[in-house]
Amino acid sequence: MKRNYKLRAALALLAAFHVFILLAGFFAPYGFATQDRDMAFAPPTRMHFVDAQDKFHARPFVYVFKNNISDSSYAEDLSYVYPLRLFVPGAPYKIAGMFSARVHLFGVDAPARISLLGTDGYGRDQFSRFLYGGQLSLFAGIIAAVLSVGIGIVVGSLAGFYGGWIDNGLMRGSDLFFALPWLYLLFAVRAALPLHVPEWEVFLLLVSVIGLIGWARPARLIRGVVLSARERNFVRAARGFGASDAYLLRRHVLPQTYGVALTQLALLIPQYILAEVTLSFLGLGIGEPVPSWGSLLATLQHYDVLSSYWWMFLPAVLLVPLFFAYHAAADALQERYESISL
Amino acid sequence: MKYLGRRLVHAILLLLAISLFSFVLLQLAPGDFFGSMRVNPRISQQTIDGLRATYGIDKPFPIRYAHWLASVANGQLGVSLAYNGPVAPLLRVRARNTLLLTGISTFFAWLLAIPIGLFSATRRGKAMDRASGAATSTLLAIPDLLLFLALLLLAVRTGWFPAGGMISPGLEDVGFWSRARDIARHVVLPALGLTIVTLPVLVRHVRSAVIQVLESPFIRAARGHGISGSRLLFRYVLRAASNPLISLLGFSIGTMLSASLLVEVVLSWPGLGPLLVEAILSRDVYVVVGAVMLSSVFLLAGNFVADLLLFASDPRIRVEQAE
Repeated sequence: MKRNYKLRAALALLAAFHVFILLAGFFAPYGFATQDRDMAFAPPTRMHFVDAQDKFHARPFVYVFKNNISDSSYAEDLSYVYPLRLFVPGAPYKIAGMFSARVHLFGVDAPARISLLGTDGYGRDQFSRFLYGGQLSLFAGIIAAVLSVGIGIVVGSLAGFYGGWIDNGLMRGSDLFFALPWLYLLFAVRAALPLHVPEWEVFLLLVSVIGLIGWARPARLIRGVVLSARERNFVRAARGFGASDAYLLRRHVLPQTYGVALTQLALLIPQYILAEVTLSFLGLGIGEPVPSWGSLLATLQHYDVLSSYWWMFLPAVLLVPLFFAYHAAADALQERYESISL
Repeated sequence: MKYLGRRLVHAILLLLAISLFSFVLLQLAPGDFFGSMRVNPRISQQTIDGLRATYGIDKPFPIRYAHWLASVANGQLGVSLAYNGPVAPLLRVRARNTLLLTGISTFFAWLLAIPIGLFSATRRGKAMDRASGAATSTLLAIPDLLLFLALLLLAVRTGWFPAGGMISPGLEDVGFWSRARDIARHVVLPALGLTIVTLPVLVRHVRSAVIQVLESPFIRAARGHGISGSRLLFRYVLRAASNPLISLLGFSIGTMLSASLLVEVVLSWPGLGPLLVEAILSRDVYVVVGAVMLSSVFLLAGNFVADLLLFASDPRIRVEQAE
């Protein structure tokens, strides 16, 4: 029961994360490209309950940040409070690319601004950019992982089920992918593609590059499962009754690989998110002005940003619980399917 | 020996396949190194065509590949267009630096992973084991990039360590020992980063390998005979657990090289990583192929060494091959 609890906790955290990112427009107080040049590199907005006159407010409020030009520092203007409002109308956005809406979960009245993770060099809200960036990075990771595991299932089950020269050929092919360190392989494939491409093509390109080179490991693991599955007595019996290969694969063999496939999926997604982050960080992936988790971190390559604005690290810090949840889910899945197969 | 010979032939064939694979890939790449010159109005099309002919990149694919293979046989590995010289000397320095960094990190990662793994395996389910499990899971969830950037920040803010590079400027020509001391100061941060990144996976594997042996009947028998404590652990358990761990050593080199690529770029360690990224950005084809091939040589060499060690340490493999 304890294991089950762990898996559930991980899944709940993952679900929350994904909903936040899927509905980025609603949860983000600003658009990802909304600039405010007077608010460049503003630190995270602080929430207050007690104002300058020692009066307690039940509703949290913020102060306006005043930019001190001489030493480019920010100070709170304590003369007026701006309460945090829920369900405020703001910039229009689209949910899942279909439904237009204007309501944001939270916000404050102008001229105050609320930026939970601070702002970047153009005064754009890092929290909003993190959520919008997730739409690219997180979903690129998921789609690429599904692609890898999908190819892995096809290749692994063909190799394991038919054996012989099919097995030999496919596994020699996968050797090629094991003989290169993964990041070098990724870079080699990336090197073959145009450096500067329109944003939507970049997304597709990243997904296919990352997805296509990662199939070797899932394929090998699934081949192993299929090898043992096809020798199980009930599979032999079904074959003896005249079941066709396609039926055997679909009905008896493939269902036994789902545990491994799911575990691999949970392991690959964080790895692939990191792949996008790495590529974009190095300028080989998604670039400005489109936010992705990698391009958010790319500003840290500048020495002054790295050393002066600690909040620019926060997007990367937020990835830690996400990855933790994915790994916990992978561990729990693995334990679960191992105990079933025994 | 026949077994090892077969592995060697397999590795060489793989390298050939990889070279062909990377060549085909780069053949697909749009544009070339001289493409950016085309926008410069002061360079005529004739000049560009002349340059392309000089470097032989206007020839059809099979001829270019044959040329490249010939230059590999010469030990030149093709020509770098950006550096205007053979690739091999460029790669040699960079590869040496990468090997230095990954070698140090591999050493320390294993030095830490074996005692920690043994310690948690023998105290399975106890508080210390759970603590180390939680620590490894947390470390595993920290993105490599975040860790490396944090190390860079540490260097920049505190000044305890140099913020990147390998040698302080002006120290290139001093005596061997002061140079070594300077390099040692520079290697601390990247090696620390690499060690932390690879440690959790190693600890997990050591732990599970040791647990598997601890549960096996012969250990229970040994316990029944009164052998216990460190004698049991080091003479019997660790020896039996060494097989999967040696395979893991070969395997972990790939992870180490990948992580090294990133740490080298972030902390500007002059290894293969920055060279590769630079070459990709400037379309310096032969440098890309050379760096990728070299990384694969390291990985395959690591696996080969692991095979040798397995052959030496595990009688079962020797017997299996003799049959």
